[in-house]
Amino acid sequence: MTTELLQVHNLKQYFPIKGGIFGRKINDVKAVDDITFAINEGETLSIVGESGCGKSTTGRAILRLDEPTSGEVTFDGEDLLSLNKKEMQKKRKDLQIIFQDPYASINPRQTVRQVLNEAMEIQNVLPKEERYDRMIELLETVGLGPDKLDRFPHEFSGGQRQRIGIARALAVDPKMIVCDESVSALDVSVQAQVLNLLQKLQKDLNLTYLFISHDLGVVRHISDRVLVMYLGKIVEIADKKSLFDNPKHPYTKTLLSAIPVPDPNAKKEQIVLKGDVPSPIDPPTGCRFHTRCPFATDRCKEEVPELRQNENLMGEQHQAACHYIEEIESGEMQPKY
Amino acid sequence: MEPSSNIIEVNDLRTSFFTEEAEVKAVDGVSFSVPSGKTLGIVGESGSGKSITSLSIMRLIQEPGQIVGGEINFKSDNLLDKSESEMRRIRGNEISMIFQEPMTSLNPVFTVGDQISEAYRIHQGLSKKQALQKSLEMLELVGIPSPKDRLKRYPHELSGGMRQRVMIAIALACKPELLIADEPTTALDVTIQAQILRLINNLQDELGMSVVLITHDLGVVAETCDYVAVMYAGKIVEYADVQTLFESPKHPYTVGLLSSLPRHDIDQEELQVIKGMVPSPTNMPEGCRFAPRCPFATDLCKEQLPTLDDLEDGNQVRCWVYSDKWDGDPEVNVKDDYGTATSS
Repeated sequence: MTTELLQVHNLKQYFPIKGGIFGRKINDVKAVDDITFAINEGETLSIVGESGCGKSTTGRAILRLDEPTSGEVTFDGEDLLSLNKKEMQKKRKDLQIIFQDPYASINPRQTVRQVLNEAMEIQNVLPKEERYDRMIELLETVGLGPDKLDRFPHEFSGGQRQRIGIARALAVDPKMIVCDESVSALDVSVQAQVLNLLQKLQKDLNLTYLFISHDLGVVRHISDRVLVMYLGKIVEIADKKSLFDNPKHPYTKTLLSAIPVPDPNAKKEQIVLKGDVPSPIDPPTGCRFHTRCPFATDRCKEEVPELRQNENLMGEQHQAACHYIEEIESGEMQPKY
Repeated sequence: MEPSSNIIEVNDLRTSFFTEEAEVKAVDGVSFSVPSGKTLGIVGESGSGKSITSLSIMRLIQEPGQIVGGEINFKSDNLLDKSESEMRRIRGNEISMIFQEPMTSLNPVFTVGDQISEAYRIHQGLSKKQALQKSLEMLELVGIPSPKDRLKRYPHELSGGMRQRVMIAIALACKPELLIADEPTTALDVTIQAQILRLINNLQDELGMSVVLITHDLGVVAETCDYVAVMYAGKIVEYADVQTLFESPKHPYTVGLLSSLPRHDIDQEELQVIKGMVPSPTNMPEGCRFAPRCPFATDLCKEQLPTLDDLEDGNQVRCWVYSDKWDGDPEVNVKDDYGTATSS
């Protein structure tokens, strides 16, 4: 029986735009607009989408690195948004994050020993005398030698630095880790090393990952389930196989078709979208994708589609937010390019 | 290959950076040619020297860097013999370049129209009015909606994809014979990347230009290039037509790179990795530069640098496995045995 470790309900994250001479709020950037999902214990759920779709904001809101505007975040049975600052800090022992840029997320003036020690100190995870052994163990876990303990971040390559970021997250023995574009800055040969490491750690330590990425190759490799976002909304959520083999939302289909395949013989139909992603300040009414969708009708302009499932066409855990899943599938509706 | 059919031939190009401690050989004896009207992809990871190669062709290497040797023959003239003012007439006119980051390569204080017109006014001596008219046509060509209005806009008022289209409009304004695109879509989202790659491809057909595409993305290479040069630590390790490179890669580095790539279109059990990391440019291995990370490396590989040799099919590889001197397993097949060799 799988248990849900994290539940997110109706999460909204608006950032106010201030302007005018009195600095009054004139509008909001609706970065994340009413999303609901859950993550099971021990699984990897990925959030994918293009820049500005709200994927990183979602990760930060869950950890309360930004205060969410409204909604509910339940972690391990506890409502995170009701905790005060101190309680939340304690909670972060179970809920860690690894950032994209290993150059910016580690203090350049601290040695690896100080970085790891600080994490353990704050969460008070081990008595002082046992910490040294734990640090050596952590370094070995992430594939760095014990001789690296007293080095500074600038002495490491990008891949090694990301390993330090991982060691820091593991230092407090978390239940769940949010990986925010954690391998995006790395070259492919090193990226593969770090991905394999993350998978091995998950198996050994029964970790749960929320994996945020724009790279669908990486996502296919590491995920159990995938959630696709567009302009602050979830457009599709499914187990990995359904999402990649049987995408239902026109946006997901476009996204998958747009990625170049490293095989010159791969025959595929490429759907090239017109235009850019609209601004999240004034998102389109109705379905947010309607301005770029080749199937859009008047209904799409007015009515917001809810996430839904069609038993005949989709797997049990597969949901998409489109009015016309059936019509597109049957060919009754044809794309207008 | 007929020499006359190549738009550009680079021979033994060497570009170094001189620091206080040492000479860093960023590009170390690189040779390749681009057939007219075709696209050559140069792929490699950070620090492989692919961008420095492209900057060297444009003669845009700045202190403490210097082109220390070689030839760059563009239409039978050696670009390295040209004076700075001659180069200025070639850049943006016969050879153009697009950079990765459209925000930093556009001037923030001039309008889009001013920046495209500049190319026409300098290279073709057009009047301001004529140049603006031409700029408008260029913006239409690269598919910018309401181009007339956009002429008066500043770069910050445009999205990333739009800025890259403006960059392309500037680069193609004088209908260059060769376009060098250095990671043109790396900063863009995939749906926008697809638009831009398609645009470059269409314009290439329309204008009959040749393209050198610098990228780290093997997917982009497979979809857009005719020929591929794989660079590692300042040297080309493999040169092949795109079909051969992906179907039967020869060099262990190419094989490793292809198998460490997570793919969205197929299921993979575990990613093969390339062990270790790129050597430091100040401390290059003596023999083959890939030897410390190569699962097939022998003593020969560690001691002697292999040359870039021609294969029967006209492609080239820099690896001892394919030479008569090979002292390892004579039956070895780099592509098929890579997985077992790395895991053992």
